[in-house]
Amino acid sequence: MLEIRAATYRYAGVARPALRDVDLALSDGEIVGVVGANESGKSTLCLVASGLAPASIGGSLGGGSLVVDGRTMTERPLHELAGVVAIGFQDAASQLSGVAATVFEEVALGPMNLGLPLVETVERTREALAALRIGDLAERRPTQLSGGQAQLVVLASLLAMRPRHLVLDEPTAQLDPDGSRLVGQALARLAAEGTSLLVAEHRTDLLDRICTRIVVLDEGRVVATGPASDVLADPRLHGWGVEPPARVRLASEIAAAGLWSPPIDAALVEALG
Amino acid sequence: MPTAYHRLNPLTKMTVAAAGSVAALAVGGYVVPLAVAAAMLLGASVAHLAGRLLGLSLLVSLPIAVSVVLVSVFTRVGTTVLFSIGPFDATLQGADFAGQTLVRLLAIALSVGLFSTTTDPRALVADLERRGAPPRLAFVALATVEAVPTLAERARVIAEAQRARGLDTEGGLVARARGLLPIVGPAILSSLTDVEERSLALETRGFTRPGRRELLWSVPDSARQTFARRLLLATLVVLVAAHAARLV
Repeated sequence: MLEIRAATYRYAGVARPALRDVDLALSDGEIVGVVGANESGKSTLCLVASGLAPASIGGSLGGGSLVVDGRTMTERPLHELAGVVAIGFQDAASQLSGVAATVFEEVALGPMNLGLPLVETVERTREALAALRIGDLAERRPTQLSGGQAQLVVLASLLAMRPRHLVLDEPTAQLDPDGSRLVGQALARLAAEGTSLLVAEHRTDLLDRICTRIVVLDEGRVVATGPASDVLADPRLHGWGVEPPARVRLASEIAAAGLWSPPIDAALVEALG
Repeated sequence: MPTAYHRLNPLTKMTVAAAGSVAALAVGGYVVPLAVAAAMLLGASVAHLAGRLLGLSLLVSLPIAVSVVLVSVFTRVGTTVLFSIGPFDATLQGADFAGQTLVRLLAIALSVGLFSTTTDPRALVADLERRGAPPRLAFVALATVEAVPTLAERARVIAEAQRARGLDTEGGLVARARGLLPIVGPAILSSLTDVEERSLALETRGFTRPGRRELLWSVPDSARQTFARRLLLATLVVLVAAHAARLV
């Protein structure tokens, strides 16, 4: 389990907190989506959940703490979290190491850093590439990938580390619908194997498909939390700067037109394209 | 197609380059630097690179060579005047000094050039890490090598974006200079932002974890090459010592 307890996070030199009194617990195998307008604190929450804030980027947690699998990680060296908690950012290009000659080497970098035997590093790398169906990119130079391909490679490099907790900030920002679907499937598989996931996204359709729970942030505070189907259908969502998923929009359009409204789920919307 | 010289262990090629450069620099004169230059050209011909390496070395050395010739020939005090231009006398001693400096320069340029044109930086770094160099050092070395093409690509993208917004980067020297600032500024700033995000991403991928790591590939080495490296270094030590004792 990954827990954020009473976190009020301030960036160094900034008086106004980016997160206010946030409590959040992710059970093993659970996928929690984070939504909110720009500047609502989604990325900051991801940094705190991954342990990078304040340990690496500075600032203060205001007496709050990060507890990972029962161990308080605040103030602990970051390398202790490697392989336990992984994070992926929105901009894929800046997450590529810049030193790998091929995509295979890029994906293998994390397992290699964990000190794993070569055989296991290679096996994990192949599996991660296969999970996102990018095995054909293995021999390509990471610097010559498109934005979407680079995002998939970054995700593969995180999957290859097999973290127990995975934090993703806008993981599908540069992906087409097919790419998003692949990522959704890979994340669902990961959760089924027991990994807990925290996914911050603007695109609520992906969250609608894969999340068990949604957290809404507004000005750094958790203003709503609950089962994905309930929170994503909450009429206050627009007011918090979040667009509901297509399923909800379609249902409300049908209702507004005074037509009979059958139950619409995310799978139906996806099937309709 | 990699040749036998390309396939040598990177440390062997680095030892050849270092030994050649140090010998040419420390011993000086004409014989040793010219022998080093000949040896490097021999290595380059094995690597099918002799013409390219010679051209590259001459090109790199040219700006320094011109200033060395001008300064040495016309300002060095000497007894034999070859010719005069205004108040400046070109002396035989100055020409000799310039000649010695030029052959040294050429030998060093050929040594370093042969190494860099036949060695993949990744192979060198992987080999050094296998021999116990810290991964962080390896990363810094490689990131430095990779930084130049990455920055150039970023500048190209920014230049295209700025041109689309009406920036004039063509035409005369002044127009080009004026167009440079809106490209260089964002290129450098965005690179700095990237460095921060990349270091965070690397931390989460265990880069700062202490301890050794098993590398994906290893660069071949052999007992023969180990012996050759030691022999080369021993020869270098003897040569420099003999020169210091004025035996060479």
